[in-house]
Amino acid sequence: MILDAVLEVKGMKQQRKRLLLMEVGVTIAIALLLIFVMPAVLTGFRLSLLARFLALAIAALGIDLIWGYTGMLSLGHGVFFALGGYALAMHLQLAPLKNGLPEFMSLFGITELPWFWQPFYSFGFAAAAVVIIPALLAAILGYLVFRNRIRGVYFSILTQAATIVFFNFFNGQQGFFNGTNGLTNFKTLLGASVSNSQTQFVFYTLTVLFLAAAYALCRWLTSDRFGRVLIAIRDDESRMRFSGYDPTGFKVVVFAISAALAGIGGALFTLQSGLISPKAMDIAFSIEMVIWVAVGGRASLIGAIFGALLVNFAKSLLSEKFPGIWVFFQGALFLIVVTVLPDGVVGWLRYQGFQHLLTLLGRNKQVATYPSLEEDPEVQHERENIRN
Amino acid sequence: MIAGLLDGIFNGISIGAVLLIAALGLAIVFGLMGVINLAHGELMMLGAYTTFVVQNGFKMLGKPWSETYIIFALILAFLVTAAVGLVLERGVIRYLYGRPLETLLATWGVSLILQQFARSVSWVLVIGIAIFCFLFFGALWVLSRRPDFERIRNWVIAIMLPISLGVASATGAFLGQTYKLAVTKPWFGAQNVDVTAPNWLRGGLRLGTLQMPYTRLFIIGLTIVCVAGIYVFLQRSPWGLRIRSVMQNRSMSACLGIPTAKVDAITFALGSGLAGIAGCAISLLGSVGPNTGQNYIVDTFMVVVVGGVGKLVGSIVAAMGIGTINYLISSKVLVPMVAPIKPLVDLFEFFGTTSMAKVMVFALIIAFLQVRPGGIFPQKGRSVDA
Amino acid sequence: MARRLGRRKFLLYGSATLGTSILLKACSSTPPSSTSETASPTAASPSPSATTVAAAGGGNTIKVGILHSRSGTMAISENSVVDAELLAIEEINKAGGVLGKQIQAVEEDGQSDWPTFAEKARKLIDQDKVVTVFGCWTSASRKAVLPVFEEKSHMLWYPVQYEGQECSKNIFYTGAAPNQQIEPAVDWLLQNKGKKFFLVGSDYVFPRTANTIIKEQLKAKGGETVGEDYLPLGNTEVTPIITKIKAALPDGGVIFNTLNGDSNVAFFKQMQGAGLGPDKYPVMSVSIAEEEVKAIGTEYLKGQYAAWNYFQTVDTPRNKQFVEAFKAKYGPDRVTNDPMEAAYIAVYLWKQAVEKAKTADDLESVRKAAVGQTFEAPEGTVTMESNHHISKFVRLGEVADDGLFKIVYETKAAVKPVPWNQFVAATKGLGCDWSDSKKGGQYKI
Repeated sequence: MILDAVLEVKGMKQQRKRLLLMEVGVTIAIALLLIFVMPAVLTGFRLSLLARFLALAIAALGIDLIWGYTGMLSLGHGVFFALGGYALAMHLQLAPLKNGLPEFMSLFGITELPWFWQPFYSFGFAAAAVVIIPALLAAILGYLVFRNRIRGVYFSILTQAATIVFFNFFNGQQGFFNGTNGLTNFKTLLGASVSNSQTQFVFYTLTVLFLAAAYALCRWLTSDRFGRVLIAIRDDESRMRFSGYDPTGFKVVVFAISAALAGIGGALFTLQSGLISPKAMDIAFSIEMVIWVAVGGRASLIGAIFGALLVNFAKSLLSEKFPGIWVFFQGALFLIVVTVLPDGVVGWLRYQGFQHLLTLLGRNKQVATYPSLEEDPEVQHERENIRN
Repeated sequence: MIAGLLDGIFNGISIGAVLLIAALGLAIVFGLMGVINLAHGELMMLGAYTTFVVQNGFKMLGKPWSETYIIFALILAFLVTAAVGLVLERGVIRYLYGRPLETLLATWGVSLILQQFARSVSWVLVIGIAIFCFLFFGALWVLSRRPDFERIRNWVIAIMLPISLGVASATGAFLGQTYKLAVTKPWFGAQNVDVTAPNWLRGGLRLGTLQMPYTRLFIIGLTIVCVAGIYVFLQRSPWGLRIRSVMQNRSMSACLGIPTAKVDAITFALGSGLAGIAGCAISLLGSVGPNTGQNYIVDTFMVVVVGGVGKLVGSIVAAMGIGTINYLISSKVLVPMVAPIKPLVDLFEFFGTTSMAKVMVFALIIAFLQVRPGGIFPQKGRSVDA
Repeated sequence: MARRLGRRKFLLYGSATLGTSILLKACSSTPPSSTSETASPTAASPSPSATTVAAAGGGNTIKVGILHSRSGTMAISENSVVDAELLAIEEINKAGGVLGKQIQAVEEDGQSDWPTFAEKARKLIDQDKVVTVFGCWTSASRKAVLPVFEEKSHMLWYPVQYEGQECSKNIFYTGAAPNQQIEPAVDWLLQNKGKKFFLVGSDYVFPRTANTIIKEQLKAKGGETVGEDYLPLGNTEVTPIITKIKAALPDGGVIFNTLNGDSNVAFFKQMQGAGLGPDKYPVMSVSIAEEEVKAIGTEYLKGQYAAWNYFQTVDTPRNKQFVEAFKAKYGPDRVTNDPMEAAYIAVYLWKQAVEKAKTADDLESVRKAAVGQTFEAPEGTVTMESNHHISKFVRLGEVADDGLFKIVYETKAAVKPVPWNQFVAATKGLGCDWSDSKKGGQYKI
């Protein structure tokens, strides 16, 4: 492979290594900053917001993985998010009980704990379910859909319809899942009181760590050959098929991973917001998730995290300042991002922002005669090393 | 038994007709242009609000007129939503052709804005928006005659945007202060508004034990008229020919001198106008409020996908099929028929509420797409892989 | 070569990472939680709020929170409740305020989204340091904020009729409990309209719980439930339900309607189209008030029934004053309804409690002072009982030509609230009394 050959050039490898080390360093630094400095800087309420938004950022990473890199727009990630949340919430409901039923069940005439609740007494099972249930569901659904080469818009519409189905299902099963009210009023997790501020801080730290881990996972997935396969699927699936790859397997795997990330995000979000309800399976929420990634920048992992934080903080602040009419701003945000900033904030900074700044400072744009040469790593490498 | 069967067929068709009339505009916009218009439901909502306004206007005119308002409401709803659709296409959609997933996000934004607009529209808001548009776009228009417009364009926007916003909001605040409730009171508010069908549309036609509501019959008739109208327009009129040719091969049509931009605008306006008619129709059955459109959006997309994109006849069959199946499951009429088989009875009992029936219908749709991924009537030829 | 990572290998590695990440999760969350276990008792110690709130007492205003959905699907109902609350606050401020201080309302938008409700409740308490919150409509939003109010030992005034089965120390319920609305309505229907009931509801917690109660009540009193069905919220296709009603009640019978919002409109429009009129199929609704009648259209509702504690047509001088004040502030075509009145009561009861306690910041004494407060409300004189619900008058109304209700039944005296339902087996024999520290939220009578 030509590209591999290029990357083997001496010096290049070291540079790559250096860059990687730098990235690891920066990630750790940011994580430490979040864990140790932020609690001192922010008020308790804002910190709890940040904690929740970081959990959402994990889900955003999942969306970025399938949408930004693989080109499949899922409008049903709320389902996976909620399933992750429910898995943990079911444990949280059962944990303080040891024996007996959650209160809502007896109100709806259920006398015995349903079989699918039983295993959630164990924390290990619940924690595993947070990842496995969404991943499994995504894998099955994905396999059925991708096998038939249903993709693009049709995939989006099907996932959107899936949200309705799960919403109705969880909403309608009052006795099993407490319907619209969802699962709430958590008391203890592994013996620690959930509402306690120290426990909340532990949750926050966990969220940061999970976000870092999710970032590393996505980074690893997208930087290597697997990542190139994903991009190939996004850019021209037919050609990829003609080159002898079967995209179905890749898509199923990516969809499952992304669902698992959403599940983890949902579980952490549930822990910190104190409830999970079918509202998380609402269409609006799933579309909102997509817009975080769009705002931050598609096909940019940093962008996904940044977008999730930015949009949610903006939403939170705007709705405080303008209760009632902030929806106008939200709608406008969708429009602006799609029409003016198609690459998102990070993408804009990466591709155009720097140039814009230069022109503002009076320096003219450098115009390349052959733009493709500018992006060719081989040419870049020669320029750097051979000129002198 | 016969009565039950007739009842089932009629109810299935009437549910299907509502789905179909709501999906028609979508089938055109999505099927022919590849634009996912999530604001379709909100365009229906605008149509429904138009009906409300027309109804109140005709109420003032007195007896003979107030009974016929629905006809005028249909026409006006079509015109209003078509106009809104035109603005939408010119302002947003045309920049996004060929990027269906982004039209999806953009139109979702539009739908949020339209919903909130319906909730909080008042004289102050309307005047504010008018002033803003006048100042901002007026300035752009005036300056666009200067030869160096391209160069100063960004500056103009940067200066005029805050000025126009400031003037508009200041005027709004001033008006609000001076005239108080008269201008700040929302026209419709967040509450639903009432659309009452004219007397001749209430009640129903009695056939033995079966009663067919007139509104249902009216909607079935309206759907037939709309489908026929679209068919004639697309197949027999010169603009229909152009639309079809642009959809088949855009660049070739442009080479042959067909104004593709105009064709796009007309197609989108037509689809939006149909949404308006649908909104008018559903206002006879359901609520008219800011959330009206949301309830239809997923169902209508399913109709289009199951039917096969770009095929009107597919949408018709799909709407009728989904309507009938939905009815059969949720009304539990199948339960006595499968009485001997116990598990089936349990299954139908479990899914026998309106909300659980939706779960079942979706499962069936997924299963169906396993067999026919392209819908009932898939498009043939290489262009499918677009 | 490390570069040559094959597809199969990737899948292998991928599942391995997934596995390890699960393991990591299981392990990493164990130790930190166990360390914080020792700290939990200190935080669980009672009423930390007394100190946090005290900071808000300074200055010449008292901050109260208003937490309702101003956007999203529930805005439809909650907007008018906010109007009523703001009206009450304005009136109190004009009359000199509370304890000589003006009330300042901090408004937050719950966005019809339950986690947002919890978030905003936290914000109002922690950041704005309000001394009480008036808010919520749906049970789901109340359940979402309940842990927040209990954790902070704060105070919420909840103004909507609800399904009961809850009695929190931190919430004052000024809407009806089931025995103040649903149960009398069922009794009246059994006596006057028939024994066969069909239950229709939206698919969420209030209708489901209400119907559970109704079914038990019918069983106990000799009625019969012939069927029930639930519509997803916002759904407007009711043909299947009408088919079921016709099949279950071929000769007519009572329909008990707990539908909410948009579905109501579709339900009544299509009922009329199908020829099911109030003569043979009387419908008793518990979520249709004056505003909804306006939104559905009087033509479709004439002759149908609704059960509430308050109607705009209630004939008391206090109500005339309330309706006039409301119309003057928000426009002559607006109407008042039960939740609005309950919200109005809530603000005044809070004010009286604060005045009796002589402080707004010490929530514990305000809570104590609130119990036993009476207020001459538009519906009649109401009393805050020791179970934090209020005694209310029960009224049944029939929709008249002008879109208002003709009152067909009304209790002579206010009915005492029973939050734990006595028909449902799980809560039979339970009571609630916050004035007695031994009894609390749930005790055996």
